[in-house]
Amino acid sequence: MIHARMSFDVSAIRRQFPLLSETADGRPPVYLDNAATTQKPRAMLDAMQSFYEHDNANPHRGMHILAERATDAYEGAREAVAGFLNAATPEEIVFTKNATESINIVARGLGAAWKKGDAVILTRLEHHSNVVPWLILKEEKGIELRWVDMDKDGHLDLSSLDSLLTDGNAKLVTVTALSNVLGIRPPLEEITRRAHAAGAPVLLDAAQSVAHHPTDVQALDCDFLAFSAHKLYGPTGIGILYGKASPLSRLPPLLGGGMMIKEVCEERYVPADIPARFEGGTPPVAEAVGFAAAIRWLGQYAWKDIEAHERKLLALAQKELLTVPGLTILGPQDVTERSGSLSFTVDGIHPHDLTHLLGERGICLRAGQHCTEPLHRHLKLMATTRLSVALYNTEEEIRAVAPAIREIQKQLRGK
Amino acid sequence: MDLYADNILDHARHPHRKSPLPSPTVEHEERNASCGDTLTLQLTIEDGRVTDVGWAGDGCAISQAGMSLLSDELTGKTERELEALTKTDVLGLLGVDVGPRRLKCALLSLHALKNALHRWKKEPEQGWNETMG
Repeated sequence: MIHARMSFDVSAIRRQFPLLSETADGRPPVYLDNAATTQKPRAMLDAMQSFYEHDNANPHRGMHILAERATDAYEGAREAVAGFLNAATPEEIVFTKNATESINIVARGLGAAWKKGDAVILTRLEHHSNVVPWLILKEEKGIELRWVDMDKDGHLDLSSLDSLLTDGNAKLVTVTALSNVLGIRPPLEEITRRAHAAGAPVLLDAAQSVAHHPTDVQALDCDFLAFSAHKLYGPTGIGILYGKASPLSRLPPLLGGGMMIKEVCEERYVPADIPARFEGGTPPVAEAVGFAAAIRWLGQYAWKDIEAHERKLLALAQKELLTVPGLTILGPQDVTERSGSLSFTVDGIHPHDLTHLLGERGICLRAGQHCTEPLHRHLKLMATTRLSVALYNTEEEIRAVAPAIREIQKQLRGK
Repeated sequence: MDLYADNILDHARHPHRKSPLPSPTVEHEERNASCGDTLTLQLTIEDGRVTDVGWAGDGCAISQAGMSLLSDELTGKTERELEALTKTDVLGLLGVDVGPRRLKCALLSLHALKNALHRWKKEPEQGWNETMG
């Protein structure tokens, strides 16, 4: 189906986000913390409200008309996500609480059969959500975590990946599709090709990339992929696990409960087929509806327009920030390699103080380790400040940041 | 009052007692994982009373000023007096409206003190919930 694309008009886009027009002290917020979560368009909020007002029931659990509508809404959302990712079938989409739960389904599921000597290959770019599930397996099963070498800007050394794969003990390669700190995008297709050649399946953490670039799971050829809706202009409380039908069908369930079974006796149970096997308990139905509405809303715009706009914002941010004395930008300095996030340090100012005082000026940035303690340790950094963009941000917002940081430098140094 | 009051900034720029002790009775490090603040507190304790205080650390102005202010209060205090120190005492020392977002920064010093005492007494460490009270 061919959709007519809306022209890319940032002011028209901003008007669809209620929070972006709220004012504090007469000013709307300059929201540049989009890697943490995005703001929500009216179309998404209305869809959730409308579901509760007109269609609310428990899906797959009733013969009445409302149950049917709720089921259609829920399964329709699954089809929308499958379309968004170009999955082969909707059954390959599991609704979860968030990307973290999705990764844990894979870790617990695959890990159930692992033993001492088995290994997982990962990178220092990973968020804690793609580190801790594997550390849990290391503690429980004695598996080994193998870290792919990289340079200080986050470029992975693929020959290091090859050498980690050679002994055949790697049971999985897992990698982020976009670093939430350095803004760098690992070469996913190349990594997947090399992992598969060595017999290892691949899990991609797409939490950061989905709002910035198109995601085609068949082109990527990944075995599993995880992300959360709230970073894609959708609601919190829902995410997905994509799994190719065959490896997904071999995973045991994470949570036992209602609707994830085929048969329950006093002595045993038989789990349901995918995707229901992983959706024990009443699912987040209204959130699924909001998720689908966000995907449809975003689908009005062409990816090339979104990518061009965000690249322009990040290039401007880099140029502006580099005029601040003592400011160092992390990650690739070539702006064409950067996407989503731009992290930096300012000599003599802790990111907590900086973002608190930016916040007093209505500018929202994130400070800390961004759930990437291994990366910060590796780079020998205590904490960083992160600016992250969305399609609704403007050049004017970006231009407000550097002068505010200079003011704060004066304030904190005294005189 | 403004969180970044002159008093706080003075302590952050020129922290008190921020130097290592030659032979402390007990030393304890606390980290604030969400933001990367660190504090290592050292106490010399003689006859159940603090006779010297030193510390090292890195972090935001609030966590460092908090440790600086608290370190001025510890010398001469008995074990029981240290145990009686609370969140309210530390917030009183800071004297500004800390607010919920920066509470952990402000109380990292107290958390380090409490767990230094636990370490000295060979007790298990206390969690943040207890320190935040």
